[in-house]
Order: sequence, then C-alpha cells, then structure tokens
Amino acid sequence: MSDTVKKFGLFAGVGALILLTGVLQSWNSALLILNMGLISAVMALGVNLQWGFAGLFNVGVMGFVALGGLATVLVSTDPVPGAWSSGGVRIVLGLILGAATVVLAALAHRRMAKGKTRAVVVLAILVVGFFLYRGVFDPGVAGVEAINPAAAGNLGGLGLPVLLAWPVGGVLAAGVAWIIGKTALGLRSDYLAIATLGIAEIIIAVMKNEDWLARGVKNVIGLPRPVPYEVDLQASSAFVERAAGLGLDPTTASTLWVKLLYAGLFTVVLLILLWMAQRALHSPWGRMMRAIRDNEVAAEAMGKDVTRRHLQVFILGSAVCGIAGAMMTTLDGQLTPGTYQPLRFTFLIWVMVIVGGSGNNLGAVLGGFLIWFLWVQVEPMGLWLMQTITSNMADGSALKSHLIDSAAHMRLLTMGVILLLVLRFSPRGLIPEK
Amino acid sequence: MSGNPYQDDRGNNDASITKPGGQSRMTPGTSTQTGGRKEQHTGDAFLIGDSMTGGYGKGPDILHDCTIAVNKGEIAVIVGPNGAGKSTAMKAVFGMLDVRSGSVWLDGEDITDLSPQDRVGRGMGFVPQTQNIFTSLTVEENLEMGAFIRRDDFSDTMAQVYELFPILKDKRKQAAGELSGGQRQQVAVGRALMTKPKVLLLDEPTAGVSPIVMDELFDRIIEVARTGIPILMVEQNARQALEIADKGYVLVQGANAHTGTGKELLADADVRKSFLGG
Amino acid sequence: MELLNAFVVLSNFVLIPAIAYGSQLALGALGVTLIYGILRFSNFAHGDTMAFGTMVVVLVTWLFQSWGINLGPLPTALLALPFGIAGCAALVLLTDRMVYRFYRVQKAKPVILVIVSMGVMFIMNGLVRFIIGPDDQQFADGERFIVSVRTFKKLTGLDEGLAIRTTQGITVVTAVIVVAVLFWFLNRTRTGKSMRAYSDNEDLALLSGINPERVVLYTWLIVAALATVAGTLYGLDKTFKPFTFFQLLLPIFAAAIVGGLGSPLGAIAGGFVIAFSEVTVTYAWKKVLGYALPEGLEPTGLVQLLSTDYKFAVSFVILLVVLLFRPTGLFKGKSV
Repeated sequence: MSDTVKKFGLFAGVGALILLTGVLQSWNSALLILNMGLISAVMALGVNLQWGFAGLFNVGVMGFVALGGLATVLVSTDPVPGAWSSGGVRIVLGLILGAATVVLAALAHRRMAKGKTRAVVVLAILVVGFFLYRGVFDPGVAGVEAINPAAAGNLGGLGLPVLLAWPVGGVLAAGVAWIIGKTALGLRSDYLAIATLGIAEIIIAVMKNEDWLARGVKNVIGLPRPVPYEVDLQASSAFVERAAGLGLDPTTASTLWVKLLYAGLFTVVLLILLWMAQRALHSPWGRMMRAIRDNEVAAEAMGKDVTRRHLQVFILGSAVCGIAGAMMTTLDGQLTPGTYQPLRFTFLIWVMVIVGGSGNNLGAVLGGFLIWFLWVQVEPMGLWLMQTITSNMADGSALKSHLIDSAAHMRLLTMGVILLLVLRFSPRGLIPEK
Repeated sequence: MSGNPYQDDRGNNDASITKPGGQSRMTPGTSTQTGGRKEQHTGDAFLIGDSMTGGYGKGPDILHDCTIAVNKGEIAVIVGPNGAGKSTAMKAVFGMLDVRSGSVWLDGEDITDLSPQDRVGRGMGFVPQTQNIFTSLTVEENLEMGAFIRRDDFSDTMAQVYELFPILKDKRKQAAGELSGGQRQQVAVGRALMTKPKVLLLDEPTAGVSPIVMDELFDRIIEVARTGIPILMVEQNARQALEIADKGYVLVQGANAHTGTGKELLADADVRKSFLGG
Repeated sequence: MELLNAFVVLSNFVLIPAIAYGSQLALGALGVTLIYGILRFSNFAHGDTMAFGTMVVVLVTWLFQSWGINLGPLPTALLALPFGIAGCAALVLLTDRMVYRFYRVQKAKPVILVIVSMGVMFIMNGLVRFIIGPDDQQFADGERFIVSVRTFKKLTGLDEGLAIRTTQGITVVTAVIVVAVLFWFLNRTRTGKSMRAYSDNEDLALLSGINPERVVLYTWLIVAALATVAGTLYGLDKTFKPFTFFQLLLPIFAAAIVGGLGSPLGAIAGGFVIAFSEVTVTYAWKKVLGYALPEGLEPTGLVQLLSTDYKFAVSFVILLVVLLFRPTGLFKGKSV
C-alpha cells in the first residue's frame, strides 16, 4: 500500500506546488503551468512508450511535436483564396514526382543486378527526377507565395474545426515515424537515435523555409480556438454577472475561464491516452513488448518479429508526441517554427521521462508536470537567488549586473543537475517501473 | 527488472549511440570465506587450487571441494563432461569466481584474495576461451600489449614468441582479427607469454578449430611447456588432451572424480566408459 | 581562361570553405569517435564541450587584447588556445570524476551514459550561457586575408578573384598538425596503443595490466584538446555563439557515423564528406557553370540544388545513404 501512498503523495506534492503558484504569484500563471504541464505529460507519455516499453532512443521528439503544430495550421486555418489554382496543384504534383523518383530509384536498386549499370541507372533516375521535381515544384511555390505575402502566401488549411487537428497531428507524426522507423530500425543494428536527431532538424528546417506550407518564419498567428475568446466572454452579460458573483472582474475571470476550458480538454486527452497506455502495458502486446526489451534474443527465438514490434511502438509513441504538439499549437494560437529548439522540445521531455520513471506511465505524467513546473519557476527562483547573492555588492558593479542578467540561464543548469541527481540516486525515477 | 538499475539498458541496441561489443564482462570474484579456510596445502606443487568451493556472485555453488594443481614443467589438463565445471575451476584458480572456501597458492604464496589483474602481475598468464585477442590491433601490437606491465626491454621475449609461432612473424603487421582461427589462438597464447608468466592457463585453446589445426596447436603447446612453463589447460577434446598431459583431472559436477597422469586416466576403465566413449 | 576562371570561382566559394569546414567537423568528429570507441557511448555534451573550451579561449583572448598582447598577423586566439584546452580539460576531468566515473564503477550500460551525457549537456550549456551569454561574440583579430581578392586578381590577371582568409589557412594547418600528432600518439606510443587495446577488448586489456582509469584520463584530455581546437577554429572562421555549437552536434555525429563510429580515420573522412556535400549542394552554381559551359549554354537560374537552410538535411541524407549501404560506415573494423 505504501506504494500507492507514495504515488499519491508525489502527485499531491506537484499539485500543491501549482496551487502555491496560484496563491503566491497568480492563478493565471498557475493555470498556464497546469496547461503546459498537461501537454508535457502527454509528450512524456509518448517518449515513455518508446523508451520505457521498448528501449527505443528517440531524440527527435521536437520534430514530431512540430508536425503536430503543422497539422493544426493545415487543418484549422481557412483556405487561402486562389492558392490552389495559382500553384497549389503544381506543388502537389511536384511532391508526387519527387516521391515517385525515390520509389523508382529504390525499385531499380532492388530489381537490377548489382554492378556499375545499376549505380548509373539509379543515379540517373535520381538526377533526372530531381530536376523534373524542381521544374514542376518551384513555379508552383512561386505562385503560391506571391498571393498576399504579407498575410498569407501559403496554401492555407482546410478550415475544419481545430480539435480535428489533434488526431491529424498524431497521424502526420505517425506517418513520418513510419518512414524513419523503416529505414533506421532493423538495419544490422539500430540507428534510430541519429536518424531521429537528424529528421527533427529537417522537419524544423522545412517548416521554417517552405513558406507555401505554413508561412515559414513569418509564422501563422490567430489560429482558431476550440474555446471562446476572452473578448466575447467579457461582452456576454451572463458571464460578467457570474464573474461578479464570484467576486472577479470580467477580464481576469475570462482569462481564467478560457484556461480552465483548455485544461479540461487537455485533461480529457491525457486521461484517454493514459488509459490506453496502461491498457497497452498490461495487454499481451505490452507484455510481449517488455519481453522483447528484456531479452531480445529469446523473444526472437520464440518467433517474435522484433523489428516489426519496435516499428509499431515507435510509430505509436511518435503519434502521441504529434497529438501533444497539435495541442500545444492550439493553446498558443500560433505556429512559430523558430521557437522549436531541441533542448526544450526533445531533451527536456527526456528529463521528464527519466525523472518520472522510465517504463511507468504514471511516472512519465508526474515527470511531465514536475519538470515543467521547475522549468517555468527556476527562472524567478534563480533571479531571486542572484539578487540575494548580490545584495551586498555595490550597485552598478559589473559582476552584479552580469549575475542578475545571467539568472535566466539557470534553468538549463538546473535541469541538468536534476537529471544527474535522479540518475545517480534514484536511477529508476520517482515512480519506478514495477 | 531486478539487479543493478545502472545496467538496465532496456534492450536498447542503437549503434549510433552505444558501441556494441568489447565491453567488460569479467566479474572478478570476491573471496567470501564462510566455511573457514581449509588448509590442505601440501607445498609440493607450483600452482594449487586447494579444495575450492564456490560459484558466481550470489548463485549456487558450482565447485565442490575441487582441487587442481600443476607442478613445474608439467602440463595439467582438466577434462570432464559438459557442464562439469571445467572452465569454472580454471576461473576459480584465476580469481574470477567467488571462492567460499578453499585457497589458491602460487609458488608457495597464498593468492586467494588477489584480483585477476594482480594474479597476472604475480606471474599467471591466462588465455580466455573467446575474445582473447585485440582484433583491431596488429599481431605485433597484440604482443606488445601482452607485455604492457613490463617496463624492461621485451624484444627478446617477442623473438622467442616468434620462434615458437613462426607464422606470427610473417603476419606481424597484419590486424589480428584478419587471421584464421588457429593463428588467432597462437596470437592469444603468444600475448599471454609476453609477460614471461610463471604458469600459463589455457581455457579450451582448441575450441572451434579444425582437427588438423588442433593437432598443430597441441604441438605448439607441448613446445611451450618444453620451455619450462607449467601449463594448466581446460579441454573438450579429452583424449588428445590426456595424451599430452602429465597430469589429468576429471571433474564431474564440480568435484574431482578422477585424478592421475594422463596415461593412467586414459587406461582407467571407469574414465573410458563414463566419458571417453569406451 | 574561361575554365581557369571557373576553377577560381569554384575554389573561392566551394573548395576552400569546404576544406576549412571539413577540418573543423573532422576535429569535432574525432572527439566524438574517441569517446565512442573508448567510453562506448555517444557524448551528447560534445557540442557544449566545444563551446566551453572556445569560451575560455574567447575570454583569454579578450584579456590578452586588453593587455595589448597579440600575435601580429595571426589571431590572438592562437595564443589563448592552450589556456582554453587547459580550462576545457579541467572541466571534463571534473565532470568525469563527479559524474561519469560512478557509472564506470557500476559497470553501467553505455546507453545510461548517453542519458547521463544529456544531463551534462544541459549543465555545460547553461554554464556557457551563464558565463558569456547566449549572444554572438567576436574574438578574431590579426590579418584578415592571406590572399585577398584584389591581390589575387592583380597577380594572375584573371577576372575572378580568390580570397583565402587567415582563419581558413590556420584551420587547415592546425587540423593537419593535430591529426598527425593524434595518429602518431595512437599508433606509435605505448599509451596510445593501450587506448586502442582498451577500446577493442576491455577484459583483455585489464588482463594485460592496462589501467582503465588511465586510459579514460588520457581520452578525456585528448577530447578536451580536440574539442577546444575544433571549437576555436570554427569560432574564428565563423562566429562564436553557444547555440550554434550545440547545433554542430548533428553534422559532427553525422561525420563520425558516416566515417564509421570509433574509427579516427573515418571521422576525418566523414568530416570532409559532410562538409563538401553541404557546401556543394547548397551553393549556387550559376557563376561556375557560366564560365565552364560553352557560350549559349549558360544557366539562367541560380542552379542551387537546395537552399542553404537545408544544410542539415544534406548531412542527414548522406548519413542515411551510407547507413543503408554500409551500416558500419566507410571505415569499419579499425577501432580507436
């Protein structure tokens, strides 16, 4: 029973920390932490699926999260008028040509006998295909990007409800995960880590540079929301009355209410995914996953297709990350490819999983909340610490101002220290796998 | 999910982040004497594993009161059926087993508490059964690494090794991993000889080589013994091994079953019937 | 004349930058490959180790500059390099003592060390930003060019100019010296051979009396030196910004893997393969082709295969192709 008590205690502790933020700072910040904590928990769940269940080392979480964000734009924004007629079709055609080239080259490689001719043919297909693709694709891009570049210049989306983007984000991430997994898993050894590291950078590069897709670094702002807008709430007399009844002014009440609604939506998603992950863990599939993890040779000897299972779990985990990414972009209301950084979106998620407890879904969720709380709060704490340290120094001294300016960088340092401490003294994490 | 959490890699075998192979698998034994040290040391043999009882880590005992000894200038061979604890007995002598009672003596000194590395320093040469050469180093570098603990000039020892194994001299600039099975074993033995050991331990030197190569290896081993180095050897090929042995130990289930000169054992009806195949 | 001009343009914009960049990547990849070979894990903190060493160099350079010490035409940073190496070595040895050694004693699986190195990465990254800040820092001084465009044109009378920057020259010369010394050390000295032996077969190395802690110590010292040199050269040639160094991790890993992880020779080859492909694929070939092709066939577009923002993609695609056809990289079997 003490196990349950410990789990409850840990979750209650993190809950108390967030509540404390509400009391000491503001309820707005507390809810912000809660919302991002929920999203982080989903991401951690995805990574835990891969690392905890199957021992797959995915250091490209950022890429899948960003794909989720992209899905939000593609699903929920309104179509840009004229984009399809002025080049959209060419772009799609170009992309199909590009894909066909790769497939053709792969086919030629597989069908033809080994030798110089094969190399020449494959190379020729690739070169010709590349220029054909560029020839079709480039004018299309130019056409699309010429449409109202200040506000659009992209293909636009489908104008569907934004909630639909969440599963679509998962599917998009899963698709890319399938391609990576196919190539990087089950070579003579796995090369998943470097493959994911690379593909994540490529996804971000594509999103930054392909303006026709989602405006690149010009960002897409004002994404539709699944919840009401604050101004609408403030304009609604019923809401203002209810807020007044609670002793809140309409502005505060509306921001809190909107965040609460988001929190509700995210909690539902988290609970569904957590339930599914728990079910998976205790299903025959989950047991087989762990059997493979604990003794791959024996599992293979028993006729288990290890590569296939690894591919499955990699796709599932990436899909979860994609869903989380879509949720995050929805919460932000904008897609800003420039803000995706591996330290924040890949390695921080890893810290969450390791600290929470690899192989334990509840652990991953706890890690998500706890680490996100610290990530946000270390900065003010660091600032306070620096001010205390420097309080005796003369005002205007170079060291003092340097220390106070640098406080912002304390958070990276702290995350590293936490990760190392947990790895050293509690290597199975706060809530270990049973 | 038991054991050391730091050794839990969750089955990850991602070659882009961790190097497969070559990691240490050796677990030096800690001599945890629970049954008290039985001193039956008679003082005549050069290397003695005296009434050793023990197993790996916290596992059950594999050896039961097992005694192995080699005299100066002799070849001693440990034979026995599969799973009899032959290699285990040799590992116990070399300090890679938890010896719970009994002792190991080398040249009149008690070395029971020494680590394998220290035993090498005291003059034991050990050739493991597998992974017994540096595959990516040249033959000559392998020999140099064998002499790593020596600070004096070892060129004469190297010359002696080349004399014993002429083929190695021809291939001395070649990577050891590119050699054939028999040649690799010669490199392995040569490497162990570079410390000028007082005694040489060979763990199944003929495992996995063809019969012709096996005969040649046995010839080489006899030549090494003729240079005056006592040899303790574990062998699968009991008949040939006993033919060259001055002393043979037949182990059954971790205990001494028969002991005698090689010829005696070959002639022993019991031994023949039980595992030499008549 | 036309072809000569084409070659000059090619050298100016492709060959020389790629050789310099390739040398920097090769030095970085050598560090990664040494740790992979001997400590058996990929060190995610390598980019930040480079950043830390370079930061020390930058700080010492500024100090020297403020004292008026300089090397004349050469950058002052060269004078500060030994201090940077010493600082970096102190940091990695401290890290090893406080962090990594514990896991060696525990005989931890290498993948645990990979995760540990993530923690170290966070700490080093934070440390560098904490000390010098996240912004671009200038520390290059001395003569800017060995050969400037104008001198070159005057000397040769060609239409096209060729510039060799001092930093590019220094990069190549330093890289050649460092690599030569490293190879001499690994292949000719007793310690170097013992490192290779340990990398190959830990147990047998132990049985041969090789002290693992000594091997690890030397490895970290060499890695600190390589990282600092690589980082400083990159910083001189381009610019010093902590985040850029973190991002170098991908091309460096790619170089090490393309060459065959654990193989020093492979790391160098990989560095140049990655650098040349990045530069050639993202270069606009219009001018070169304009000179090289006969009249009338000159291209009208830029003839740029991919925009420069996709250079990561290039290293990655090369990596994938190599892994698909040669899973062990270009140079296999020859471990550190």
